[in-house]
Amino acid sequence: MSANPKRKRLKDLNFWERIYIPEIVKGLSLTLRTMFKPKFTMEYPEVRFDPPGSYRGRPVLVEEENGVERCVACGLCSRVCPALAIEVQASETELEKERYPEKFEINMLRCIFCGFCEEVCPEEAIVMSKDYELAFTNREEAIYGKDKLLVPVKDLRDRIDFLRQYK
Amino acid sequence: MNITELIIVTLVKVLIIVNVILVAVAYLVYFERKISAWAQNRIGPNRVGWRGSLQPFADIFKLALKEDIVPDNADKKIHALAPVIALLVALSTYAVIPFGPDLIIKDYNIKLLVADVNMGILFVLALTSLGVYSITLAGWSSGSKYSLLGGIRSAAQMISYEVSMGFSIAGVLLLSESLRPVAIVEAQSGWMWNAILQPIGFITFVVSAFAETNRLPFDLPEAEPELVGGFHTEYSSMKFAGFFLAEYANMIIASALIVTLYLGGWQIPYIEKLGLNPILETLLCFGAFLFKLAALLFFFLWVRWSLPRFRYDQLMNLGWKVMFPLSLINIIWVALLIMVFGL
Repeated sequence: MSANPKRKRLKDLNFWERIYIPEIVKGLSLTLRTMFKPKFTMEYPEVRFDPPGSYRGRPVLVEEENGVERCVACGLCSRVCPALAIEVQASETELEKERYPEKFEINMLRCIFCGFCEEVCPEEAIVMSKDYELAFTNREEAIYGKDKLLVPVKDLRDRIDFLRQYK
Repeated sequence: MNITELIIVTLVKVLIIVNVILVAVAYLVYFERKISAWAQNRIGPNRVGWRGSLQPFADIFKLALKEDIVPDNADKKIHALAPVIALLVALSTYAVIPFGPDLIIKDYNIKLLVADVNMGILFVLALTSLGVYSITLAGWSSGSKYSLLGGIRSAAQMISYEVSMGFSIAGVLLLSESLRPVAIVEAQSGWMWNAILQPIGFITFVVSAFAETNRLPFDLPEAEPELVGGFHTEYSSMKFAGFFLAEYANMIIASALIVTLYLGGWQIPYIEKLGLNPILETLLCFGAFLFKLAALLFFFLWVRWSLPRFRYDQLMNLGWKVMFPLSLINIIWVALLIMVFGL
């Protein structure tokens, strides 16, 4: 509200705009046209959103073809996690990589899907998946252990390709 | 027809009309949601029943299960009375609105309206004015500032628009020379619809009808962003449902009134020249009334999802400085029509 009556508004309305009716008709025709346009709604349980590679869903551990996780339990993800959601306990193994996570837990109630763990990982062992359907009925269930975190590498192709291209 | 038959026929008509109105209101809510969805590129309710057609009943069921909360500093009696007034007004106005010409089956002559009152339009005006009380009392008795503001706004708004509404109706009454709704409809035979003869009056009446029913762009008593729902902020459960129902029932009344006063009521122009079977003709006319009513109701919903809300001062400006003079001009125009063309 300007106190100065001499000040002109940027857009002064002309006669037709001031009697409202043509403008109302314009608005009405716009909404009427919109009513017949195709709808954007995705009917969720039947139709599911298939996210692109850049989507950050729940973090998962990459499992190689031979059934072993890539993770070497360096603990960087756990260090960088701003929400303190990741817990790693390392142990030794006979394999070439020498170390593996004995215990790897992500508390999904804490996770904020920032993707820092994925960014910091030197082995490309933890990546964000496309899984966005997360529901738990109690707090214990929300702590995902290795059983839930390990995902075969072929299911994570999109994300790994995306990371190699843009990271 | 003797007196018992008259009573039975009238009771049946009342029963049918009240039930039809209630179901119509339920489906009006459904279509409101559907049209809002379509206007926003959404689908709208589609889970309960075929394409969501049972959604209104689910809504009512949900409302009935809700806890009825009355605020501590509310005036309990008046708080409970307000939705009753709203419903009473909304449901009793239909009594005088004619839905079709007389239905003649053998020697029975059934009028397609509940009460053929010779001052029907006055009756409608009187009852719709009572509607202000329900909203103002609801706002005042809730013991909440938002409700009070909503109530005050509604009182101011409805009183200022009632004036131009009354004057627009005066134009119609001058032409039909009667307050009987049936006579008003019959005066608009052929293409002599009041909407065509007095377009200014038609526009002022439609705008006032929007203001009277508290629909957007004049829904200042509710104004969700500023008043948290206005007069019905403190209402819940079936009391809220009462207001909700009354609002939509008022929309149907307003549309029916517009049809009766301006769009030739049940009449289809020149249908009597086709020489149809009288019962078929009656049914066609009844269908025409329903069609006009449905078109106007769609217009009500359509406008709601197209136009933004007026500011309070703009509303008052429009009411007193634009609508009121326009309705007076309309009376002069009608007087000219009568003087010059002798309609």
